Amino acid sequence: MEAASVPARAGEENEPKKRPLSERARSERRLGWLLCAPAVLAMLLVTAYPIIYAFVLSLQRLDLRFPDEREFVGLSNYVDVLTSSLWWTDVANTLGVTLVSVTIEFVLGMAIALLMHRAIFGRGVVRTSVLIPYGIVTVVAAFTWQFAFQPDTGFVNQLPFVADDMNWFGDRFSAFFVIILAEVWKTTPFIALLLLAGLTTIDDGLYEAAKVDGANAVQRFFRITLPLMKPAILVALLFRTLDAFRVFDSIFVMTRGSVDTESVSILGYNQLIARLNLGLGSAVSVLIFLAVLMIAILFVKGFGTSVPGKDQR
Amino acid sequence: MIAALAAAAIVLSACGDDESGGPTELSFFIFNEPSGILPKIADACSKSSNGEYTISFEYLPNEADQQREQLVRRLGAEDSSIDIMGMDVIWTGEFANAGWVEEWTGANEKAATTGVFPSVAETARFEDKLWAAPIWSNTQLLWYRKDRVPKPPKTWEEMLDQAAEIGKNGMIQVQADRYEGLVVWLNSMVESAGTSIVQPDDAEAVALSSPQTDKALGLMVQLANSEAADPSQSTSNEDTARLSFEAGSSSFMLNYPFVYPSAKDNAPDVFKNLGEALYPRVDADRPSAPPLGGINLGVSSYSEHKQEAFDAIKCMIQPQNQIKIATAGGLPPVTESLYDEKQIDDVYPGFADLIRQSIKQAAPRPVTPAYQDLSLAIQRTIHPLGDISPDQVPDKVDELRDNVQKALNVEGLL
Repeated sequence: MEAASVPARAGEENEPKKRPLSERARSERRLGWLLCAPAVLAMLLVTAYPIIYAFVLSLQRLDLRFPDEREFVGLSNYVDVLTSSLWWTDVANTLGVTLVSVTIEFVLGMAIALLMHRAIFGRGVVRTSVLIPYGIVTVVAAFTWQFAFQPDTGFVNQLPFVADDMNWFGDRFSAFFVIILAEVWKTTPFIALLLLAGLTTIDDGLYEAAKVDGANAVQRFFRITLPLMKPAILVALLFRTLDAFRVFDSIFVMTRGSVDTESVSILGYNQLIARLNLGLGSAVSVLIFLAVLMIAILFVKGFGTSVPGKDQR
Repeated sequence: MIAALAAAAIVLSACGDDESGGPTELSFFIFNEPSGILPKIADACSKSSNGEYTISFEYLPNEADQQREQLVRRLGAEDSSIDIMGMDVIWTGEFANAGWVEEWTGANEKAATTGVFPSVAETARFEDKLWAAPIWSNTQLLWYRKDRVPKPPKTWEEMLDQAAEIGKNGMIQVQADRYEGLVVWLNSMVESAGTSIVQPDDAEAVALSSPQTDKALGLMVQLANSEAADPSQSTSNEDTARLSFEAGSSSFMLNYPFVYPSAKDNAPDVFKNLGEALYPRVDADRPSAPPLGGINLGVSSYSEHKQEAFDAIKCMIQPQNQIKIATAGGLPPVTESLYDEKQIDDVYPGFADLIRQSIKQAAPRPVTPAYQDLSLAIQRTIHPLGDISPDQVPDKVDELRDNVQKALNVEGLL
């Protein structure tokens, strides 16, 4: 440790003597790359390869049910998808679910995070118990909510102010209500936990100083808490938005996409798994991938320079 | 990781290669039929094969769509571990066209179809060739409440009138969620009206002629918009229909015979008044075309033991085994003459002949390689039925015809 830092300091002082240092830095960097290489290779194998393969498939007429009719068709699968009203309805549905659920999750998550941060007794228990919904498998959670809202056997229709024969999954908006409720219930803890991590990094001295200067609680929240939590908020919202945009389980379990509640992932599933139309299905998958990429870029640009992991100064 | 995969592959192939003289092990992929009679039949067949084969089971999920998903994923990858497949009646065209099932010819074909209802055998044919052997069938009857309905309705119009007369307890239970059950219903209505979904002589062209289709869809829409529709009709399936009927507030139900033992066990009061009749007509002068379900057994084209697989299927579909399946699982036999047997009458007390008649005049759903597309297109176009107003029906039929033709051409998103 000590020995390593000595030549470094020497290098800073003496310009022409910089070479041995950069040699060392270079070899360290090389070592770093070598150590990373297995992981990078595995990543390429399991992510880059399927993405490229999906793109190649999307340029073909390829249907497992018609094995003899395989041919290269250029971008015509993309034209089919993008000119279909179904695609745009599903994009709108997906964006709607994403926007509404992430907004509610963020507000609730922030409230829960503030609460957990200030919790005086039973911190561990509170933090663990809040996480329980997130620990439940999505499909199981979706079934639970579906059973609760089932018109004949669920308990919701027995509650006061709810019509006994309300068919929650028979209408677009009531179905979306249940789907979003399930999503919010399940993933708010995830956002709360990420935000809590951001909260704990804020120096209490700042609040004390602001109090001395006469700032009230609202001002402290908007002037200190929020700006300093920006990186944590970015991470939380980005992860959740990307996740929400790919929503599949809840909708599949509750409505299978009926009454206009279909998301783009279910659309892709229908083409790939139900129809075995690999060309068209891959085109849908590639478009979903591009949409997800766009969301990520918008977030990072929209939030300025505070990319997680990047040096802020 | 690659090394691990390779090791796994060696282990797997080692498992498949134990042909050191003993009987060939056949894997039979089928859903886990709840009565558990199939493994017993398979064991008996293995024993009587004199060491030719033994049958082991690989269970698929209960839902037909999910069974198909798992099978086609393996077949698409040319998986040789499947020997025998339990195929839903609507998969024949798809599996045959893709080259996933072996054709039944000569003596095999004869063994698979002799004495079998023509309507049932038709579900296993594609382009005039036989691709599977029917083992059990299924059909829907009209179940009604004898205490509320003096005389079972002959037609849909009569039934709707009777339901309106009964009022509060007059609900008619059907299957109208956005799934295959809705297509089953539409197919029966359209066939009962005297037309079909695809042209009888050209499986790539839509039929759905007017005015027959308008009448068929019109009745479905009329029910959906009437008091006789369950409030959750748009999410109903076979099981929700059964449960609602057992709850007592319905007077009619279109459903498979499994509802009979279920009512006996779960709703004795309803069971006392349970009556059954033939599927109602759409056109008063034309016999109805009830739905047809069931399972056909096929031999995978990637199987390494095709001859043994054919032999095993021929053993399992024998009449005495069909009777065992009917007795244990309540599933209707495919061999017509069996309906004269006492044992079948015990399974369907007093209505064995009704089931025979229903299967006889049933209309299979279209056999086409693009069946999934066709089904998705129909579901998307007519669900939920309650959103179609009666005067929109002719426009809806035009839209349906366009969408089905596109589906048959395998065009566009679905």
